[in-house]
Amino acid sequence: MKILVGVKRVIDYNVQVRVRSDNSDVDLSNTKMAMNPFCEIAVEEAIRLKEKGIATEIIAISIGPKGAQEQLRTALALGVDRAIHVQSEEQVDSLDVARVMASIVEEEKPGLVILGKQAIDSDNNQTGQMLAALTGMGQGTFASELEVGDEQVTVIREVDGGHQTLSLRLPAVITTDLRLNEPRHARLPDIMKAKKKPIDARALEDMGIERTPYLTLERVETPAQRQGGVKVGSVGELVDKLKNEAKVIS
Amino acid sequence: MSILIVADHHENKLAEATAHVVNAAQQIGADIDILVAGEQVEAVAEAAASLDGVRTVLKADHAVYAHQLAEPMAELINTLVADYTHLLAGSSTTGKNILPRVAALRGVPQVSDIIAVESAETFKRPIYAGGAVATVSNNAPLKVVTVRASAFDAVEASGKADIKPLETAVDNALSAFVSEERAANQGPELGSARVVISGGRGLGSGENFKLLDGVAETLGAAIGASRAAVDAGYVSNDMQVGQTGKVVAPELYIAVGISGAIQHLAGMKDSRVIVAINNDEDAPIFKVADYGLVGDLFEVLPEFERQLTA
Ligand SMILES: Cc1cc2nc3c(=O)[nH]c(=O)nc-3n(C[C@H](O)[C@H](O)[C@H](O)COP(=O)(O)OP(=O)(O)OC[C@H]3O[C@@H](n4cnc5c(N)ncnc54)[C@H](O)[C@@H]3O)c2cc1C
Ligand SMILES: Nc1ncnc2c1ncn2[C@@H]1O[C@H](COP(=O)(O)O)[C@@H](O)[C@H]1O
Repeated sequence: MKILVGVKRVIDYNVQVRVRSDNSDVDLSNTKMAMNPFCEIAVEEAIRLKEKGIATEIIAISIGPKGAQEQLRTALALGVDRAIHVQSEEQVDSLDVARVMASIVEEEKPGLVILGKQAIDSDNNQTGQMLAALTGMGQGTFASELEVGDEQVTVIREVDGGHQTLSLRLPAVITTDLRLNEPRHARLPDIMKAKKKPIDARALEDMGIERTPYLTLERVETPAQRQGGVKVGSVGELVDKLKNEAKVIS
Repeated sequence: MSILIVADHHENKLAEATAHVVNAAQQIGADIDILVAGEQVEAVAEAAASLDGVRTVLKADHAVYAHQLAEPMAELINTLVADYTHLLAGSSTTGKNILPRVAALRGVPQVSDIIAVESAETFKRPIYAGGAVATVSNNAPLKVVTVRASAFDAVEASGKADIKPLETAVDNALSAFVSEERAANQGPELGSARVVISGGRGLGSGENFKLLDGVAETLGAAIGASRAAVDAGYVSNDMQVGQTGKVVAPELYIAVGISGAIQHLAGMKDSRVIVAINNDEDAPIFKVADYGLVGDLFEVLPEFERQLTA
């Protein structure tokens, strides 16, 4: 079966974001960018399924600026077979991303779509669920273990109270949680080879997608910073402060 | 204007978060209905009906809604929302799973994890692990919104709304429930506890996490963890606090052996009082801690417990 994976270009998770002085948005100029960590987990899972002989071909898709091709190259170096880049210099909201992906699903007919559970920039946690709805597929969100059969996939999900196991009819959409696997790093020879793998570049405008007109980003602010407090010298002092100053324990 | 809230519940108990979501709905200002869907949810429906400010509880009691799987839940909700202007749920794993599916069926976007209501269509939400706060307006005919429970107080439970049974049963050929393994956590719920004590990689093992038990018991605290502690297998995933785990804002948060990465801070920095115990005096957690104690947790914790019980 074919597997489609989503790869989003986002700010590197180690970098603290800056807000523009006019509060119109965050400022990503000269910021280190990377593949969304949950997408790395999605790519890794697809590669493992190919190594097990379950997947036959892995296609990565990224919707985003020109630079997103860097992340697609990384995915190709890791073992993805080919990539589709749908270029848009503007931010694309999750519903529109899901619409683009739904049209690619129509085209490619994958047996499984694996996305991250959350993009660490928007923190939306929406796209996989939306794609599943648009394509009429079942969804296994926040996955920490997959077992792919011929007609169904068994998914263990990380939920608030512990774990939940579901069985989904294929094709299905999976979104990855942190414990699904530990992504490998690309090896240098593979990075060189990946330069020859194909990236199918398209423009968002040519995808025939109706864009969602409803959301407006009014303002972006730096949150109120906490004032660092004091260091206490001993456990006794800590207990005293908690009782008599902060009054949080009695 | 009218608002439909999807209740979250487990094992025949209404999740505490729902009372916080009702508060957010009151700030939007409109008639508020709650949907309770599941199997044998009479007690949940009654608990929902007691929340102040609720007009009607819609009760969909059918085996197909057991475990609130996203596919049948979204289909059911899709049949109900035509008359509503807002659809809300808490940002629990249940709400996060179901609401975007409904939004896509309706062709509208979702605003995730709001922390403030500015008006009926304008909301604030953290982005970039809380590194920035966005104000977003949404003029969709149905505003689909998930709510960060810890950012809103709970409403009281002195009301008595009507409970209206729904007969709608949808088919679900897409997904099937197999099993559930609930973590055996004693003590209060992480999301609503007044005190939370969390352990990180510094604890060194699952066995050592027991060092937190005594303090937790004395203070009536829930126990949380950093991602590193969960990844290392010290404790279960449902205890992870942070950007991609649970978000808490207790009166008192005690971080033990946690360095204070932004992804962790995203889940606890709105706590009223923060205590950090760490043997590295330069650990970033001290920048947000009201009270920092530099020391070896293996010495500090037993002493802390002793002094609290003294
Ligand atoms: C996509 C993504 C999502 C993430 N989501 C989350 C999330 O939701 N929640 C989260 O917590 N993290 C999350 N992280 C991980 C985060 O970046 C950090 O790696 C993690 O929080 C570190 O955990 P820690 O503080 O326990 O471990 P470390 O950073 O290793 O810190 C351990 C601390 O313990 C101290 N210590 C060691 N021994 C002792 C001792 N004997 N006494 C006292 N102190 C001691 C050390 O000084 C150190 O400060 C995420 C990361 C990514 C990439
Ligand atoms: N622009 C994008 N390009 C490719 N994949 C995306 C994009 N946006 C979201 N995704 C996928 O959807 C997941 C969840 O994103 P979100 O719903 O925006 O938090 C990400 O981890 C990606 O796998």
